[in-house]
Amino acid sequence: MAKPMDQYKWHELNVGCVIEEVGNAREYKTGDWRSQKPIHDNTKCTRCSLCWLFCPDSAVYEVEDEYFDTNLDYCKGCGICAKECKPGAITMVEEER
Amino acid sequence: MTKKKGIEVSIAIAEAAKLARVEVISAYPITPQTHIVEHLSEIVADGELEAKYINVESEHSAMSACCGASAAGARTFTSTSAQGLELMHEILFIASGMRLPIVMATVNRALSAPLSIWGDQSDVMAARDSGWIMLFCENGQETVDTTIMAFKIAEDRRVLLPVMVNLDGFSLSHVIEPIVLPSQEDVDTFLPSYNPLFTLHPDKPVTMGAYAMPELYTEAKFAQEAAIRNSKKVVDEVMEQFGKQFGRSYKSVETYNSDNTDFAFIALGSICENIKTAIDDLKNEGKEAGLIELRLFRPFPEDDFLKAIKGKNRLAVMERAMPGGATYGPLFNEIAAIIHTHNLNIITENYICGLGGRDVQPEEFIHVFVSPKKGTNMDVIGVRE
Repeated sequence: MAKPMDQYKWHELNVGCVIEEVGNAREYKTGDWRSQKPIHDNTKCTRCSLCWLFCPDSAVYEVEDEYFDTNLDYCKGCGICAKECKPGAITMVEEER
Repeated sequence: MTKKKGIEVSIAIAEAAKLARVEVISAYPITPQTHIVEHLSEIVADGELEAKYINVESEHSAMSACCGASAAGARTFTSTSAQGLELMHEILFIASGMRLPIVMATVNRALSAPLSIWGDQSDVMAARDSGWIMLFCENGQETVDTTIMAFKIAEDRRVLLPVMVNLDGFSLSHVIEPIVLPSQEDVDTFLPSYNPLFTLHPDKPVTMGAYAMPELYTEAKFAQEAAIRNSKKVVDEVMEQFGKQFGRSYKSVETYNSDNTDFAFIALGSICENIKTAIDDLKNEGKEAGLIELRLFRPFPEDDFLKAIKGKNRLAVMERAMPGGATYGPLFNEIAAIIHTHNLNIITENYICGLGGRDVQPEEFIHVFVSPKKGTNMDVIGVRE
């Protein structure tokens, strides 16, 4: 967005709130919603990629040697990756801010 | 081309949609709307109109398909009644919030239960705050003209809102009336093809219907409210332009014999014809009563209404919907709010009538005029006690 949401005046919005700018959801860091975060343990990880596949926010990304990590800017802490991880390599831990 | 011919009002509305060159129709049949969509379906199947007719399994889907079609830039039409309108209810707000200029003919019918297929206006009144522009028709010719005007109002860049054309079930939809269908050339001149502001197109992707956080929702709804309030000017312009081109003039608020009367009926839709008969009968007896007829109900034409009630000392608001526990009927509450906020001292009475297809004869309107009701409660005309 050209400016933060709380600075838009009503007459500055597009008709029907149409968003013309492509891909600007990236600017909205939904990681703020999280109360638990996933911790990847690469000693248990089999590199099956199920966490990457199941993440509803596409927040899991591949790192070196085909292991995976989570982009905490967008991870909402839903825990689907930990639930789907067969070898138990992902643990959800309480996050304090 | 412009001769009057006897035609069923529903068929005439379908012909009006054809004259408007609608590009997408999605509807689900329900009495008393059925003949409109049946005839449109035939017109499309016979190749007389280049349009896509989307068959759906419910009204919820019909309105959803209309939203998609309108978002893609098509001139879109649908029609429904009663339970169908209720099943659409959720999507009505999406159409108006997304500023999609869909036109819908709502053939007003009573809501179940008890099951009734007959006319009253409880369906539209339950949807009155959905952000749609709402027009009401008194006779068959008006339904044709209003349908054509509705597209021009809806698609105006200053408006971009869905428009509902209301007509009473059976007492209007199923009668054969002498109607002038305008020529295609004249309608094409009046109503150019729809030029959308935004469309869903891969060449220029946009997001429609995104969610709004608490930081934005108020501004979004304020913008929508401003749009419907400002649409009044466009409604007036379109009605005036239509009058100039087609010779049949309309106004947001019409009056009948009301210029110098102390008393006026206030009503919407086809009962206005019977009220006019009652007024003529009263005139023959030397009594003077007026009628204030609201063609435009949303946005509520407050200024025009105030002009129409100038000099009145008694108003009888006649409406075809039960209040459902509200203080008074929905139309009365609007009017009471205007009278209160302008500090006017006018006796204002509320009469509920014509529910579930019950006829209201001129004698009953005459009775309202000559014997004002006692007390402050609303009266239900003709209820057996």
